[in-house]
Amino acid sequence: MNAVVRIRRSTVIDAPADAVWRLLRDFNSHRSWHPAIADSRIESGDPADAVGAVRAFRLDDGATLREQLIALSDRDRELTYCLLEGPVPLIDYVASMRLKPVTEGDGTLLVWESRFRPPAEEADRLTRLVAERIYEAGFAALKATFDMRPPTQAPAATRPARPAQKPVTVVDAGPTATPASSASFDSRAILVEAYGGAEVMRPVVVTVPPPGGNEVRLRHTAIGVNFIDIYARTGFLRLLTPPGIPGMEAAGVVTDIGDGVTHLRPGDRVVYACEPVGAYAEFRTMDAGLLVPIPPDIDDETAAAVFLKGVAVEFLIHDVHPVRAGDTILVHAAAGGMGLLFCRWARALGVRVIGTVSTEEKARRALDAGADHVIVYRQEDFVAAVMRLTAGRGVDAVYDGIGAATFGRSLEALAIRGHLVSFGQAAGPVGSWDIGAMASKSVTVSRPNFGHYTTDPVELAGRAGRLFDALRRGLVAPDIDRRLPLVEAAAAHRRLENGDNIGSIILLP
Amino acid sequence: MAKVFVSTVIDAPAAQVWAVVRDFNALPQWTPFVAESRIEQNAKPDQVGCVRNFRLRDGGTVRERLLSLSDYDFAMAYAILDSPMAVRDYVATLRLIPVTDGDRSYVEWTADFDCPPDRERELVDQIGRGFFGAGLRALQARFARR
Repeated sequence: MNAVVRIRRSTVIDAPADAVWRLLRDFNSHRSWHPAIADSRIESGDPADAVGAVRAFRLDDGATLREQLIALSDRDRELTYCLLEGPVPLIDYVASMRLKPVTEGDGTLLVWESRFRPPAEEADRLTRLVAERIYEAGFAALKATFDMRPPTQAPAATRPARPAQKPVTVVDAGPTATPASSASFDSRAILVEAYGGAEVMRPVVVTVPPPGGNEVRLRHTAIGVNFIDIYARTGFLRLLTPPGIPGMEAAGVVTDIGDGVTHLRPGDRVVYACEPVGAYAEFRTMDAGLLVPIPPDIDDETAAAVFLKGVAVEFLIHDVHPVRAGDTILVHAAAGGMGLLFCRWARALGVRVIGTVSTEEKARRALDAGADHVIVYRQEDFVAAVMRLTAGRGVDAVYDGIGAATFGRSLEALAIRGHLVSFGQAAGPVGSWDIGAMASKSVTVSRPNFGHYTTDPVELAGRAGRLFDALRRGLVAPDIDRRLPLVEAAAAHRRLENGDNIGSIILLP
Repeated sequence: MAKVFVSTVIDAPAAQVWAVVRDFNALPQWTPFVAESRIEQNAKPDQVGCVRNFRLRDGGTVRERLLSLSDYDFAMAYAILDSPMAVRDYVATLRLIPVTDGDRSYVEWTADFDCPPDRERELVDQIGRGFFGAGLRALQARFARR
């Protein structure tokens, strides 16, 4: 038996331990920072933080290696992995990376250590190879990575490049062909031909390719319509490059799977809410890692109606501004798709909810959903009403998806040390504001982005689980305003833009 | 259970730093807050189980028992027996990790204890900043390379 060699190298990185850990706990992140790694992927479509996940990677010199994650602890900020296959005899190689916060100075200690049993005649060469070419070179690259970042920014690895919108192949407007497995087939879809009004959307037939590696093909059963689809259509958010298929939320059934997909099988029911766009279609091929399984007791229409909005409400009331029992919050558009979810969920948490709506009918629906008071803003100034309802104190938080028309007045409705959560701009961008003036109330303003709260698969799974659980316990409910055929997508957009909907709109392929 | 965690990086090799802090009777030599110290029962300061009895510069007296000492891991742990602070089940650790990059030392000083809930913030601040933070800063200054 060869003698055991132990290597330990350590360094100090000038960034908070949480930021360094966010990068390193992703077992596939080495491709983004280690200079020796040319390419890396996680096998079998596993999440990059799943214990047991295998990373297969290629070095600059062409050598290929496979390593398996065998332990990961967010508590200790430590991970351990072993070498499965490689070009050099690093026999029984087990390595760990461990972080420790340096509280005096906000830095991070990184300890990288390993043990292995090299053949005696190669021990010196391999020890130097690991210590210098892997560990010390990695340290230098990590330090450079964090040096270039402003300290408040998350590491780039947690902000993956925007997933690419697939090119669309339009066939014609003819009937849909019968799907034949493992070949391309035709699908009805809605195409945005150029940025513009609802009229730029037209029904077409497109070709849906068979799933490639780590992809699945889906047959959509219900498609969610969201305000973000309107931003994509108008070009306000560059989510879609015309011609392209809009839509970021749908439920469906897996029809076939590509190589490397192990966690899904044909017939599985799934839901998603994410980029890239492409949900307004009968069929779609997409990355398997973006899909969340739908529990058996939740139907597809419910999933499509509440997934994006429900996950958003989940993080808005638990993470962006964590509400507490006894708080008073103000929710604009309280009878909209998100508004009703806010009313129900916040009420269930013991929060006093004040809503604003445009009509008496919507006021009734928001009250039914759990709002304590609803202000019909066309009849009564909402700031004056809030002050009356809170004895002049104002509310602890305002959830404002309206934007231009409400932002300034929402600030006025806040209590001292209140929090304005600006999560949308249905009425237009909020524009520029003087933050100096916000000191008069010690106001906090947040501008959360859906992607930043849902990109991490583990975090998303947690949010989805809490949403499904809230549905099951009756804390929230799917308030479906309209079920429209897919070809009426333009009508769905007009209804949403006019604020005519009460609850969520879904499209049925 | 309240927790205190303070750590820093000292610009000296771990063996040199350890030579200073491993002496359980040396608080007056390297911290700014201890006026004098002795080991009870005439025990040696590296005898696990020994008790140090020291007086703070502000006048309070503290007795602490050495629970473990490892020259292999550069680590020690001790518990408070008596002190003017309203803490119970107080166990602290002091450990070093060599930083090979630059031949420096990471030093970590932690404590776990119970206390009345309304005193927790104040005690965590007093122990974390007043004692551990001040001690580590003094150690840093002692080893500052010109």
